[in-house]
Amino acid sequence: MTTEKTHGAVLADTPPAGDAPLVELRGAGKSYGNIRALHGVDLTVHAGKVTCVLGDNGAGKSTLIKIISGLHQHTEGEFRVDGEPVRFSSPREALDLGIATVYQDLATVPLMPVWRNFFLGSEMTKGPWPVRRLDIARMKRTADEELRNMGIVLDDLEQPIGTLSGGQRQCVAIARAVYFGARVLILDEPTAALGVKQSGVVLKYIAAARDRGLGVIFITHNPHHAYMVGDHFSVLRLGTLELSADRSEVSLEELTNHMAGGAELAALKHELAQVRGVDVEELPEEQDLTAPAATGTEEGTP
Amino acid sequence: MSMTQQAAPAVGTPPAPGRDGRTRQRSLALRLLARPEVGVFLGAVAVLVFFLMAAPTVRQGNSMATVLYQSSTIGIMALPVALLMIGGEFDLSAGVAVITSALTASMLSFQLTVNVWTGVVVALIVSLGIGLFNGWMVVRTGLPSFLVTLGTFLILQGVNLAVTKLVTGNVATDDISDMDGFDQARKIFASSFDIGGVDVKITVVWWLVFAALATWVLLRTKYGNWIFAVGGNKESARAVGVPVNFTKITLFMTVGFGAWFVGMHNLFSFNTVQSGEGVGQELIYIAAAVIGGCLLTGGYGSAIGPVFGAFMFGMVNQGIVYAGWNPDWFKAFLGVMLLGAVLINLYVQRTATRR
Repeated sequence: MTTEKTHGAVLADTPPAGDAPLVELRGAGKSYGNIRALHGVDLTVHAGKVTCVLGDNGAGKSTLIKIISGLHQHTEGEFRVDGEPVRFSSPREALDLGIATVYQDLATVPLMPVWRNFFLGSEMTKGPWPVRRLDIARMKRTADEELRNMGIVLDDLEQPIGTLSGGQRQCVAIARAVYFGARVLILDEPTAALGVKQSGVVLKYIAAARDRGLGVIFITHNPHHAYMVGDHFSVLRLGTLELSADRSEVSLEELTNHMAGGAELAALKHELAQVRGVDVEELPEEQDLTAPAATGTEEGTP
Repeated sequence: MSMTQQAAPAVGTPPAPGRDGRTRQRSLALRLLARPEVGVFLGAVAVLVFFLMAAPTVRQGNSMATVLYQSSTIGIMALPVALLMIGGEFDLSAGVAVITSALTASMLSFQLTVNVWTGVVVALIVSLGIGLFNGWMVVRTGLPSFLVTLGTFLILQGVNLAVTKLVTGNVATDDISDMDGFDQARKIFASSFDIGGVDVKITVVWWLVFAALATWVLLRTKYGNWIFAVGGNKESARAVGVPVNFTKITLFMTVGFGAWFVGMHNLFSFNTVQSGEGVGQELIYIAAAVIGGCLLTGGYGSAIGPVFGAFMFGMVNQGIVYAGWNPDWFKAFLGVMLLGAVLINLYVQRTATRR
């Protein structure tokens, strides 16, 4: 259940393993009874790259993560880790292969201090059994170092993690996953509940994790966020791949186009125009925006 | 705390200033108040000072020893109950479980005419078993522990009475003071010793030893970390690999251990056990834990707090007698204390943990 030793520091420094994908799905799918939640999905995750999985609600994103993180098993196709076909029966098995999932709401215990949260479940100890105790100094030092390496600066590691902002909490969870030997980081809508500024903070740490050589799977329904950090984009729609393209092959506008269609698209474009501030060149042109916005459909959409 | 000055963020974006900048260093007083046991410490001092003034008898060493003895019998049970509460669960059966344990040891030794230590060991097994059952039911069914242990409470209450009557034909057990091993067991569970002419009961020592041990476990061990985690957010704890079920079940068993210990104390200090006792005690233990700063919903608290909480109980209980007031006021006094403590805790937590 819990590992006695910590094993993170070693793996975190492993160099990106060339071009071989860490995680690969080929024609993978999942059926619940006679409902086909997911089918024919190809996905590759490389070290040091961010693979974005986009899709509207119900597109199959959650099913996809659950397969990779070991909560569910795929019912068709292939799932390989380091080239070896795998079939996980628990999240622990995925974790042992270095696949860590950071859930949006399932990361921390609010009333516990930051450093205790960081090491929860994998505490460092010292001393022989009857007096084996927490190595508090080492844990605090390590937590501080690791957070700093991710560019997270906290004033006081003793403060309850619940007093941090949502973005900071997410970042601590990411730093924790990185430290405990994750090679593949699955982030389940990390920016969904956050404001623009805080989303920026989380995106920054996604980039930091990528620079440390991790393969990142970034699940989101916000193409704007995806485009800022993504190297590869997979858009899911109705349980199957609608688009799978590298950054060089697709523009933000095309990405948005693939995620939504018709009336929704106009509203989204309208939204994107307002959230300007990053990667400006990739934004659609002004004249492009005025045309769909003038169709009058935006009143019906939120 | 000035550790943030040389921060060099690994990412390329403009670095945040050394400190986050949004958190002011809180004053020492505020940080102290954020500790769960500080509020109750102040309360205990206030009650002590009040009775020192109102009842001159309290100033004598012997009276203080009596107060501490009274506190210790509550306090020994309040400790595991507090740990369980930090772990997010309740045990309403704790009060009658004490009597169950004492009855088991007493009747088993007497009826089989064996060394009392046999009864003591069997009672320990029974007590741990009750804890195991409570814990197992709670984690297996997912029912609130309030319901599960309310059930155990009623079962034990009935079994205590019925079995005792069946075995002894009476509501109390037979006197076991002349049996083998009694004096030895009495030394451990119910003796007293002399400090400067004052007769101090050994339970006071046990109480403080257990409190120190509980504090160490809670703050300095892996298991203590898990207690906070399972009480604070069970799902998160499970997701990061904390053995949630193991932690909860062992916490219930710790309460069983406490019940065994206090049960043995009752048996060896009174030689006989009244089978109908213990009802209502569970609420006293819970109240001592809550007054001691443990959050009823779990995830927050300390082991030192309940020590002061139990002391307040003992002090008020004896203080009223020493002050020559009608002891009927005791419960009313307790109620006021409990409400006051809860309000203070709430206030302290809101002000002190706010950013």
